[in-house]
Amino acid sequence: MDEFFQILIATVAVGSLYALIALGYTLVYGVLKFINFAHSDVFVLGAWTSFTVSVVVLNKIADPSGVTPWWVVVVAFLSAVTVCGVVGYCIERFAYRPLRKAPRLNVLITAIGVSLLLQNVGQITGPAVARGPEKTSIKDGQTVTQAGDPLATVPFGASPKSMPKLIENVVLNESVMQSGNLAGGAMRGTVVFDKPVTFSEGRQYRLDVTRTVANADGTTRVVVEKLNLDAEPGTFEPGTEIRTTPRRTAAELQGSTYELIRSPRVPIGLIEVIIVVVSLSLMVGLQLLIFRTKLGSAMRALSHNIETAALMGVNTNFVISFTFVLGAVLAASAAFLYPMKYPGLNQTAHGIWVLLGLKAFVAAVVGGIGNVRGAVLGGFLIAAIELFGGWAYAPLKDVYVFALLIAVLLYRPNGLLGRAVTEKV
Amino acid sequence: MLEVRDLSVSYGAIRALHGVSLRVERGEIVTLIGSNGAGKTTTLRAISGLVKAQAGTIAYEGQSIAKLAAHEIVKLGMSHAPEGRGIFPLMTVEENLELGAYIRHDHSEIAKDREMALTLFPRVRERLKQVAGTLSGGEQQMVAIARALMARPKLLLLDEPSLGLAPQIVQTIFKIIRDINQRGTTILLVEQNAHMALQIAHRAYVLETGAIAMEGDAKELAKSDEVRKAYLGVA
Ligand SMILES: Nc1ncnc2c1ncn2[C@@H]1O[C@H](COP(=O)(O)OP(=O)(O)OP(=O)(O)O)[C@@H](O)[C@H]1O
Ligand SMILES: [Mg+2]
Repeated sequence: MDEFFQILIATVAVGSLYALIALGYTLVYGVLKFINFAHSDVFVLGAWTSFTVSVVVLNKIADPSGVTPWWVVVVAFLSAVTVCGVVGYCIERFAYRPLRKAPRLNVLITAIGVSLLLQNVGQITGPAVARGPEKTSIKDGQTVTQAGDPLATVPFGASPKSMPKLIENVVLNESVMQSGNLAGGAMRGTVVFDKPVTFSEGRQYRLDVTRTVANADGTTRVVVEKLNLDAEPGTFEPGTEIRTTPRRTAAELQGSTYELIRSPRVPIGLIEVIIVVVSLSLMVGLQLLIFRTKLGSAMRALSHNIETAALMGVNTNFVISFTFVLGAVLAASAAFLYPMKYPGLNQTAHGIWVLLGLKAFVAAVVGGIGNVRGAVLGGFLIAAIELFGGWAYAPLKDVYVFALLIAVLLYRPNGLLGRAVTEKV
Repeated sequence: MLEVRDLSVSYGAIRALHGVSLRVERGEIVTLIGSNGAGKTTTLRAISGLVKAQAGTIAYEGQSIAKLAAHEIVKLGMSHAPEGRGIFPLMTVEENLELGAYIRHDHSEIAKDREMALTLFPRVRERLKQVAGTLSGGEQQMVAIARALMARPKLLLLDEPSLGLAPQIVQTIFKIIRDINQRGTTILLVEQNAHMALQIAHRAYVLETGAIAMEGDAKELAKSDEVRKAYLGVA
């Protein structure tokens, strides 16, 4: 049962990301009636931009405490959004617009071309924009200083990287079981509680210890530490020694206050909450934009008929550009959120990205391509099928997704929320 | 008000118009009649900026508009109800009307024009909340004209408003077109139904294979033998 809820939470988080990417496919399809195959590459570009900017900024401020200031998050997010927005605009302006009146197939092939271009330029190793510390060595009796290893380059290169941790994934639903004063244990690395404690099976326990430490200059400072407890199930009376890691001596712990924290059965992480909150806000915003604003009604009019929209006074080129930028910005937001949850970044042409983009595309098709609510529904549905299917039998996790696609195409070719448009003449 | 000179338009290798000239004065109803494929729709599309002219000039209120994009021309006060209605089928009738006023920001005046359009077309008022694609052909045509009026145009281009409609509804539509004109809107009307068009128009042009074959006072053209034979079905 716990596992069910854990997967449910993951489904909501992953589903929001799929939905954000799927929205880009569906928006562009809505106005121009073709699949922008370069969309998933814009997403990948967003992830790498977010990575590169974070590394550069963190390297510059080089805070030894390792605490990331909040504004780094904002800067990384805005850079991803800006870079993707500009690239999205340029793709439409220079690759697709000249083909506006060309046969659909030409545009499709161009889209694949743009996609390959982005993938392959991305994996060129460009000049370093952030380097590790300089290295000195002694060679033939002389000190030689070498530049540090590149931490990030533009373009990004072919080796996988790991997203720096911008936000600590704090578990939000932990509970404080008890608090009190600690006596150090008799042995190094053990503690003794001032009240009886009960540990139950299948949970993790942590001790947040607050103590006052004397500095060398005679002043004092407060240190908060998190110690893991090696706890066996059962009840322990005061006086029982319980092992901790990292190990602290009795003297160190004497007189500290503690909070005994129990991990939840179904942990909800801050990152997951951020992903869901940001995604849902963007989706609600998009919904309002499309159905409540003039620009939105221009977008909808355009999706029925570009020429008639122009006859209403809609600046069609502007609205099409806007739609591309909007799709790219949603992809960039997903791309900023994604590596927070999955920090491993593969090179831009890697199959993992292709598969991810494909799943988001499937989400758009399953929901009904061109339909905004459909893309959101499809995103969550694909995530559910993938994760719950994987829970039942992991090796077929991707197969379920495409089986769903086939089933939907067979029984509802316009997608779950898509409508066949019949125009009276 | 509108002056088209030597207009030529090609679709790829197909030359649809060669050297069309026509003129519409303020307050007039001018009709452009001609058989299928004569180039009537193409003429309107060139005027409203949907296709670009290869040669010739288009002047609207003294200003050349041949180089302007369609949405810029709308802002000058020209509204085009396209052939085949071109309503937005998945949007409600209400939303279709709102889009007609897309370029405007004077909300109280928009409300007045909406009221006026709905008075002209009571059927449209009954269907405001309905999805436009589910309306009958005649109702869709009314929405298309009402929507064009929402821009409060000085010049209204109508492309075959009677297409595919029952004779009774055709009568109604033509009566309304005349009403609109009497309220001060200049109209350029493209029609297959030459009989009706010549009745309500002040002047007329006959288009044949991309060029103007005849022009003149509508009542006189209606009496001429060529027009009677070719377009009014009189032997
Ligand atoms: N998009 C297009 N591509 C190629 N040829 C076209 C296109 N549109 C129109 N034509 C051609 O241009 C010519 C004029 O067409 P147009 O639609 O202007 O005629 P029309 O007078 O409006 O006819 P109808 O009364 O049937 O509506 C026709 O020969 C038509 O085949
Ligand atoms: Mg026509």
